[in-house]
Amino acid sequence: MKRPILGLLLAMLLLVSPARAQDAFTTALPGLAGSFGQIAEAVEKLGASADPRALPLLQALQEGRLLKREDGTLLLQTDAGVTEVVGGRPTEVGDAEAVRVNNRVRGALRGALGSLQILSTNPEERLKAAEDVFRSRSAQNIAPLEAALARETIPAIRTQLELSLAASRLASPDNAVRLQGINALAEVTDQNARALLLETKAQVPDLARQIDGAVAKIEGRLRVRQMVETFFQGLSLGSVLLLAALGLAVTFGVMGVINMAHGEMVMLGAYATYMVQEALSGTALAPFALPLAIPAAFLLAAAVGAVLERGLIRYLYGRPLETLLMTFGVGMILQQAVRLIFGAQNREVVSPAWMQGTLTLGGLSLTANRVWIIVFGLLVLGLVVAAIRYTRFGLEMRAVVQNRRIAATMGIRTGRVDALTFAFGSGIAGMAGVALSQIDNVSPNLGTGYIIDSFMVVVFGGVGSLAGTLVGALTLGVLNKVMEPYAGAVLAKVVVLVGIMLFIQRRPRGMFALKGRAAEA
Amino acid sequence: MTNFTLTRRGVIAGLGAALATPGIPSAFAQGAPIKVGVLHSLSGTMAISETALRDTVLMMVEDQNRKGGLLGRRLQAVVVDPASNWPLFAEKARELLQVAKVDVTFGCWTSVSRKSVLPVFEELKGLLFYPVQYEGEEQSPNIFYTGAAPNQQAIPALDYLLGPDGGSAKRIALLGTDYVYPRTTNRILRNYLVSKGFAAADIMEEYTPFGHSDWQGIVSSVKRFASAGKKTAIVSTINGDANVPFYRELGNQGIKAEDIPSVAFSVGEEELAGIDARPLVGHLAAWNYFMSVKSQVNDQFIAMWRAYIKNPRRVTNDPMEATYTGFKMWAQAVTASGTTNVADVTKAVIGQKVAAPSGYIEEMGANHHLSKPVMIGEIQANGQFNIVYKTPGAVPAENWSPYIPENANRRR
Repeated sequence: MKRPILGLLLAMLLLVSPARAQDAFTTALPGLAGSFGQIAEAVEKLGASADPRALPLLQALQEGRLLKREDGTLLLQTDAGVTEVVGGRPTEVGDAEAVRVNNRVRGALRGALGSLQILSTNPEERLKAAEDVFRSRSAQNIAPLEAALARETIPAIRTQLELSLAASRLASPDNAVRLQGINALAEVTDQNARALLLETKAQVPDLARQIDGAVAKIEGRLRVRQMVETFFQGLSLGSVLLLAALGLAVTFGVMGVINMAHGEMVMLGAYATYMVQEALSGTALAPFALPLAIPAAFLLAAAVGAVLERGLIRYLYGRPLETLLMTFGVGMILQQAVRLIFGAQNREVVSPAWMQGTLTLGGLSLTANRVWIIVFGLLVLGLVVAAIRYTRFGLEMRAVVQNRRIAATMGIRTGRVDALTFAFGSGIAGMAGVALSQIDNVSPNLGTGYIIDSFMVVVFGGVGSLAGTLVGALTLGVLNKVMEPYAGAVLAKVVVLVGIMLFIQRRPRGMFALKGRAAEA
Repeated sequence: MTNFTLTRRGVIAGLGAALATPGIPSAFAQGAPIKVGVLHSLSGTMAISETALRDTVLMMVEDQNRKGGLLGRRLQAVVVDPASNWPLFAEKARELLQVAKVDVTFGCWTSVSRKSVLPVFEELKGLLFYPVQYEGEEQSPNIFYTGAAPNQQAIPALDYLLGPDGGSAKRIALLGTDYVYPRTTNRILRNYLVSKGFAAADIMEEYTPFGHSDWQGIVSSVKRFASAGKKTAIVSTINGDANVPFYRELGNQGIKAEDIPSVAFSVGEEELAGIDARPLVGHLAAWNYFMSVKSQVNDQFIAMWRAYIKNPRRVTNDPMEATYTGFKMWAQAVTASGTTNVADVTKAVIGQKVAAPSGYIEEMGANHHLSKPVMIGEIQANGQFNIVYKTPGAVPAENWSPYIPENANRRR
């Protein structure tokens, strides 16, 4: 009995809605030529109109293809040419300019496009639409979302649709529907859900108790996630410190050279990355510029290191103060040289797509570039350990460090080993530069920001110990990040520095002190 | 058309015969050249920003000489490099005034460098034109400030964020570099917000060292701060190249300008030239000039700059425009007073009007500060700004902010 009536109703709706929708479409149009506020309003109306002509128009607005003449005539620019929006007559661009959008319009566009695309056949568009609707949330979206949810089969989109549905329900005038939304959102671990609930609480005081309960649930889970995130950020900072300090762990830790130009080796590595990128731009190898820059940066920094060692440092062995002053000067010369060659402006090193945005790991979202740098830091550490432990060069290096004269009598050319060791340490610093080009500015001063931290890590970890460098770097990174929210970035650094000073007082040789005769040498 | 305007303005300024034949180098009368000091860092951290200002002054000097110099005398630029080293600024200023005996100096960027040279200019009765927006709370008889005071930049920007077009923000995160300009500006902004009825819990304030590159923690805490159910916006007084990793982190953590807009006071076209601006689209900057301003003077300014620097893609920015305007004011004042004597020129500079590239007539006030229009721009994908708001006219400067309680007794 009920079916026919429903069917009749549907038929009536279908008959009526196109006429009404067209009205909404036509009445909304002039607003697009108005002020930002009027454009935003028109966009919202168009989004609610469900008119098939609204979608291409709004997409054009988003992409800057909707033009406006001075008299307010709107033009639509497509690959096929320019047409007038009203009437569809082909025309010329002339003096028409793109309709400008601001954040308010962009926000309205996102919601409108979301509700128009929620039933798109393209799953990617549907997912994006579902996300967009979440942020714009209006009670109007409840019905379309329910319809979309009934048809959706892809789990990821379903999850997002459920979330957006819950968010839209919060905007309903009916408290029972709202409560449904609140209960659904309470199960989500997401800051946006918390924000939405608190916003609703301010508007609907009757539901304050239920909302508080839901928010408390979310916050409990968020707190755990936040701890994991802070730890990750600490690891990430630690891996940067590790990369910056590894080269120094070789030149200072193993050879005992106080190399104040270490930061400049890092900087040279970053510029090598830039040069490789420029050299390869436009060629088929361009997407691989970053991996290819790693050996290039190593070679460049190692070559400069070898020249520095043979040309200057070897005359100053055993005179730490002079070495310090001399390498400091060399560092300044290198900085100014780079400034003269490349200019004072920062250079842009492009991040490849796989290093941008966030990676989602089990509900955690981690920034991609940081994850890759942690991986890279560990790889470089492995490389250094392997080189020292398993290669002929590593063996000779250890021999020379332990007892130079005996090593020499065994036929090891100690001078050559010194040069190679210093070049190796510098090369490692150059590789660090490749990683830093992704998170810091490629400028002549790049290195100065890392020199103090590098020495701190090496001394704290224990001079001459690679394990110490690893543990030292990660400890300092995590400590810094755990303290940052309480103390602020500046104070956190100060506190860590004071902590290290106290620690060195008690253990002058750092965490992993070398024992035995090697320590005395 | 161009020639007509030039000549007409020339007559108004009383330049007379000197300008009647623009573009033809005239024979200079006998007499020592007028010396123009340039005190900008050409090395160190600030070189990235300040080298463009040195080039702007040199361009203006060359341009003035092509028009026949001033008072029939040639202009000669004296360039020194204070190397981003604040005490060295004072030494170099002394050198300019005592050894080179310059008639006027254009220079300084950071407030700390200006504070360092101020006593030198006052002691030796020099004349300095300072072209950068700053925190106010200063007025020296020997300095003309051609950048914005807080009421010409920071406060209008905040008003925009609080208004409907800016998203009606109800919580504000004040992020800055740890030195005098951000701290003073944020103090003014905090007091302003409190006067607007903001609770202390709705204002977040964070400082980072110069060149800070690890923004993960701070950006996450801003995200947390923003999840309290009230529209949140960021006001950034982050200075120098720390901005690049900051914006990169905003992009990587998926913060869109529609959700949490940020407005910056120290990010201009020059800074954006070094980064991929696509993730930043919609974030805002407040200045008194954008390169995208449509005005005849601006078109000429950009063409002149690109011709001088021989690079058709170089950008212009606000401090460059302030340098241009300051130079024009000084040149007009010298012409009007008929001398380069500092005391006479100082008197003559006050009240000078210049048609600035911002498209407005800017006037030097008796408080040594320039009246300037305020503009808010949204970053576009190409690194230029889409101007979403500008004041109807030029706004006079309030260098002593009414939002600092100690200024209550001061004459304004």
